Amino acid sequence: MSIAQESVARDDPYRISLGGRYIGLPGAVLAERGLASKRVISAYGFWIFLLSDIVMFSAFFAAYAVLSGQTAGGPSGKQLFNLTSVALETACLLLSSFACGVAIIGARAREDFMYYGGMVATALLGAAFLLLELRDFTGMIAQGAGPTRSAFLSSFFALVGCHGLHVTLGLLWLLTMMAQVFAKGYRADIMRRVLCFALFWHTLDIIWVGIFTVVYLMGMAV
Amino acid sequence: MSDTEIGLHLHDSDVAPGDERADGREIAEGILGYLIGLGLATLLTVVAFFISGTSLVWQPSIPIALIVLAIAQMGVHLVFFLHITSGPESYNNVLALMFGVLIVFLLIVGSLWIMTHLNHNMMPMERIMQMQQ
Repeated sequence: MSIAQESVARDDPYRISLGGRYIGLPGAVLAERGLASKRVISAYGFWIFLLSDIVMFSAFFAAYAVLSGQTAGGPSGKQLFNLTSVALETACLLLSSFACGVAIIGARAREDFMYYGGMVATALLGAAFLLLELRDFTGMIAQGAGPTRSAFLSSFFALVGCHGLHVTLGLLWLLTMMAQVFAKGYRADIMRRVLCFALFWHTLDIIWVGIFTVVYLMGMAV
Repeated sequence: MSDTEIGLHLHDSDVAPGDERADGREIAEGILGYLIGLGLATLLTVVAFFISGTSLVWQPSIPIALIVLAIAQMGVHLVFFLHITSGPESYNNVLALMFGVLIVFLLIVGSLWIMTHLNHNMMPMERIMQMQQ
């Protein structure tokens, strides 16, 4: 057993950092490969957090799916939802995901214009999404269809509102990352944070796909 | 030979993309990847919005079609935006994702299954109100 192999076996008995594909291969290959980069490991850790966030959202989805018919004599989704607004919100989030991707490539290439331009576009599209969503919410509450009206509306505001809250926090994080890159440059640790932010933003888009399908489209189809 | 040089020498086959500065070719490739993802996601979204409002397809099939389209779009996002691929870097991410999908499936399907059964077995609300009087 080589020294490198021994240290891997001691510090990382399950070969977490190496990728399971290399388990069982001769020690020489293992030793030459070395540890995965810090970037890969921190992205993995953040991915675990995102999955737990997705599990939390799935509980809200389950509550909504169970309660979506319990309108207590109040308005149903079909009477309340405005698909044009939902389509616009979807377009905003999808384009902001793309802009975020462009910003990440810009950061990797150390191209200031691409990075800041992509981040600004992401922020503007995210803010447009939030404004559209707030307009929908205030319109519903003004009609007397607030979260207290029925179990359906409680679960609706809990699920969609929780996603909106995530987008708001994401926007704050986005501005922080722009400021950090501006102040400290494309340092390795800052780059890892930018990468984690991108993962977070793309995951919000995935959750929105579930929301517009389960809440809005299926609510209108039923 | 400094430590970093040794590191580079040992890792030269697998320097993680993103650890070194991307060149023009990588920028083009990266943007192309995001463009493909954006195109596919837009296509799936448009089809989903179209199907939900159409009377051209058999109505009971619409919710199933919507769910299939949503799962497909989540897959597109995972591959093209989050870069969860089958590569060795991503092996642990895929394992964690599989566990997450299992939990999400158990939570949603389990809740719906149990709650619809309870709903079926519950006494109608009017009868409960009568008994309380």
